[in-house]
Amino acid sequence: MEALILLVPVSLLLGGLGLLGFLWALRSRQYDDLEGAAARILFDDQPGKDPPP
Amino acid sequence: MTDLKRPLIADAPQSAAACAHCGAALAPGQGRFCCTGCEAAYGLVRGLGLDAFYRRRESADGALRPEAAPPVFDALPLTREDADGVKSLDLMISGLTCGACVWLVEQALAAEPDVIKARVSFSTRRLDLRWQGAAERGNELIALLSRLGFRVAPYTPACMRATEDAEGRALIRALGIAAFGAMNVMLVSIAVWVGEDMGAHTREFMHWLAALIGLPTVLVAGMPFYRSAVAALRAGRVNMDMAVSLGVLATAGMSLVETIRNGPYTWFDGATALLALLLAGRVLDRAARKKARQAVAEVLALQDGMVALLAGDGITRLVPVASVEAGQAVQIAAGEALRLDGRAQVETLLDTAAITGESLPRGFAPAAALPAGAVNMGAPFTLEVTAPARDGSLAAMARLLEAAEQSKGRFVSIADHAARFYVPIAHAIAAATFLLWWVGFDALWQEALVNAVCVLLITCPCGLAIAVPAVQVVANGALFKRGVLVGSATALERLAEADCAVLDKTGTLTEGRPVLIPEAQGAEALRAAAGMARASRHPLAKALVRACPEAPLLTDTREIPGQGLQAGTARLGSPAFCGVAGFSDGMVLVYRARADAAPVILRFADRLRADAPQAVADLKALGLPVELLSGDGPGAVGAAAKAAGIETWQAEADPRAKAAHIENLKAAGRKPLMVGDGINDAAALAAAHVAASPAGATDLAQTTADIVLQREGLAVLPEAIRLARRAQILARQNIGFALAYNLIAVPAAIAGLVNPLIAALVMASSSLIVIGNALRAGRA
Repeated sequence: MEALILLVPVSLLLGGLGLLGFLWALRSRQYDDLEGAAARILFDDQPGKDPPP
Repeated sequence: MTDLKRPLIADAPQSAAACAHCGAALAPGQGRFCCTGCEAAYGLVRGLGLDAFYRRRESADGALRPEAAPPVFDALPLTREDADGVKSLDLMISGLTCGACVWLVEQALAAEPDVIKARVSFSTRRLDLRWQGAAERGNELIALLSRLGFRVAPYTPACMRATEDAEGRALIRALGIAAFGAMNVMLVSIAVWVGEDMGAHTREFMHWLAALIGLPTVLVAGMPFYRSAVAALRAGRVNMDMAVSLGVLATAGMSLVETIRNGPYTWFDGATALLALLLAGRVLDRAARKKARQAVAEVLALQDGMVALLAGDGITRLVPVASVEAGQAVQIAAGEALRLDGRAQVETLLDTAAITGESLPRGFAPAAALPAGAVNMGAPFTLEVTAPARDGSLAAMARLLEAAEQSKGRFVSIADHAARFYVPIAHAIAAATFLLWWVGFDALWQEALVNAVCVLLITCPCGLAIAVPAVQVVANGALFKRGVLVGSATALERLAEADCAVLDKTGTLTEGRPVLIPEAQGAEALRAAAGMARASRHPLAKALVRACPEAPLLTDTREIPGQGLQAGTARLGSPAFCGVAGFSDGMVLVYRARADAAPVILRFADRLRADAPQAVADLKALGLPVELLSGDGPGAVGAAAKAAGIETWQAEADPRAKAAHIENLKAAGRKPLMVGDGINDAAALAAAHVAASPAGATDLAQTTADIVLQREGLAVLPEAIRLARRAQILARQNIGFALAYNLIAVPAAIAGLVNPLIAALVMASSSLIVIGNALRAGRA
C-alpha cells in the first residue's frame, strides 16, 4: 500500500500535465481549424523562396 | 413564359473529357479547357510549379471556373499597416472545397516574393495575408486568387461573429476538464468498488482523493449548465439544465458528506461522467450549427459590397455601403444592384424582381424614387442617395422582421416540453423519498439524503438530456451534406410540423435570372455574339455567355453604356441599338454581324427550375398542399403555376399581402412552410411557421429563413422534410425510451438499492442506446 503514496501523486501529476497541454492548445487556437490541419499534413512543403530584399 | 420547359443549350450532349482546371465536362470540339479563364488559371498553376494540386483536387466539377469578370473591390481601405511597414489583410475566400484548395491558395501567394505570410483557415474560410511593400499590392494579390477561380471578399464583422465562438470554446474547455476528471475519479472509484477487503483508512484516502479531483471538476465543468439553469429560472421557466445542475450539485454535495463521515461509497464518478457525456453532446451540437452559420456568413460576405462613391472632383472611390450618407452620389454600373434608396436624374431601367417579384425589368422616370435591392438593367447612372443604409427601406424591412421573428422565439421545442413536466415530477419524487426514509422509516438523515440524491442522479441520466440533441446533430449533419443549412435550433422540429407550403415564383420556383430561350439562332452567330457578350457585365450578356461558355472573348469589343456592344461592324445590344423595331420588353438582345446582315433575335426568359414540378409533386405527396404567391403579373404566375403543377396561385401580391396571407393561414390553424428568395418575401418568411430560402436568395431572405438551400434546385426540400419528420419520430422514441428507463430505475433508487456502480451502468447504457437510435436519423 506504500506504493500508493508515490504512484497516486505521480499519476495525478502526469494527468494534470495532459490537461494543461489541452488547455494550452485550446488557448492557442489549435482547435479552431481542425479540418484544415487534417488536410495540411498531406502536402509537401514547397522549397523556400529567397527572403524579400 | 410559354417556353418554360425547353432545354438549355448548355444541356447539349457532352463528351467524356473534363476541363483540366475545374473538371467540368467539355463540350465536343473543346480542347482541354472549358473556357479561357480555366486555361489561364491552369497556366498560372503550372507556372508556379503547383500542379500537385490537380492530383488532390476534390472540389465539385466546375466549381473552380474563374468568372469572366470577377466582382472587384478595393482592398486599400481595409489594409492595415503595422509599425515595421508590414501590410496585412483579412479576407474571406469562397470556393475552398478541399485541403488541396487551401494548399493552392497558400502556395500561390507564398510564391510572390513580397508575401510574408499567407495562412488559410479551412473551416472559417479566413485568409490572413501579410506582405512587405506597397499597400496597393493587396489588390494584385486578390486578382491572382480570382484568376485561380476563388472568390474573395472582405472578412466582414458578420463572418467574424459567425466564427468567433467564445461560447463554443468554453464548452470544449469544460468537456476537456470533465473528461479528465471523470477518468481519474473512475480510477479511484473502481478501486473502492472491487476492493472489498480494503481497510477503512485506505477507503477514506480513496474518497478524499476522489473528492479532490471530483469537486473542482463538477464546479468548473458544470458552469455551462448552471448558467443556463439560472437564466431559465430568472425567466420563470424550468429546463433540462435545471435538472442536470441540481442532480450534479446534489450528488457532489452528498458525496462530500459521505467522504467526511467515511461512508461506503461516494458518487463523484457519476457526477463527473454525467457532465462529460452531456458536454460531449453539446459540443457536437454546437459544431454542427456553427458550420451552418459559417456557410451563411460566407454567402452574405460575398453579397456584402462596396459602392462607388462619386466625390466632388468626379473621381469614384469604392467605400462600404454603411458609410454613405443621404445627399451623396453613387455611381451604379450596368448590372449592379442598388444598395441604397435614391433618385436618378435620368430615365432608368431596373429589375425589381427581388423587391416586387416582377419578372420583367421596368422603366423608372427621372427623379422617381428608386428602391434599394433593384438591379440596374440599363446604362450606368448616378444615384443621389436619399437615405443612408441604416434608415433606408432595407433597414426598415429588417426592423419589421425582428418583430415577426419574436413569435418564433415562443416556439417550445419537444425537449423543453419534456423538461416542463418532467423536472418538477423528478424533484418531487426525490423530496418524497427523503421524507419517506427520514420520517417514515426513521432512518438517519444522511441515509435518507443519500437515497433522495440517488433519485435525482437516476432521474437525470444522460438519456433524457441527450435524447433530442443527439438526433438533431445527426439530422443536421445529414442535411448539411445535402447542401441544406439549418440555422436555428428549433427549425428542424418546425419543418417536421409544416402542413402546407407557400412558394414564391421569381427566384424560387424559377431560376431568378435570365436564361437564353433556344430558338433557331444558328450556332455560329450564337458563338460570335457570346464572344462579344463576354466583355460585358450586363445580366443578359452574362446569360448569353452562360448559354455558350466556350466562346472566346472577342477582343476590341466596345461597350456603349445602356445600348449594347460594338466590335468592328458587329453589334449586340438592345433592339433599338441594332435598328430592329417591335420589341418593348427588356428581355431581348439583337445581334447583327454587319449593318446590312439579318438581325438575330435572342430572347431571354426566367426559366422554371428543372426540378420544380417534381419538388411540387413530392411536397404534395408528403401531405403539404402547395400554393404559389407572387408579386408578378397574373399571366406569368399562372403559366408558372401550370408548368409546375400548382393549382392554387395568387398574383400581384405585395410584401404586405404576402405576410398577411401567411398570417391568415396561421389563424386558420395551419403551419405554413414559406419558401422565398426576395426582399419582398422576407416579411412572409419571418411570419411563417418555418421558412426556407433557395440558392442565390437575397441576403435579407437568407438571414430570415430557418433553412437555407445551398445548391441549385428545390428537389432537396421534400427530402429535408422527410428527414426532419424522421428525426422528430426518433426524438420522441428517445424521450419515451429514457422515461421508460426511469420507470424501472427510480423505484430501485427510492428503495435504496442503487449503488454507484448501478448508477454508472444505467447512465452509460441508456446513453448508448439513445445515441445509437439517433444515428438512424441520418438515413432519409
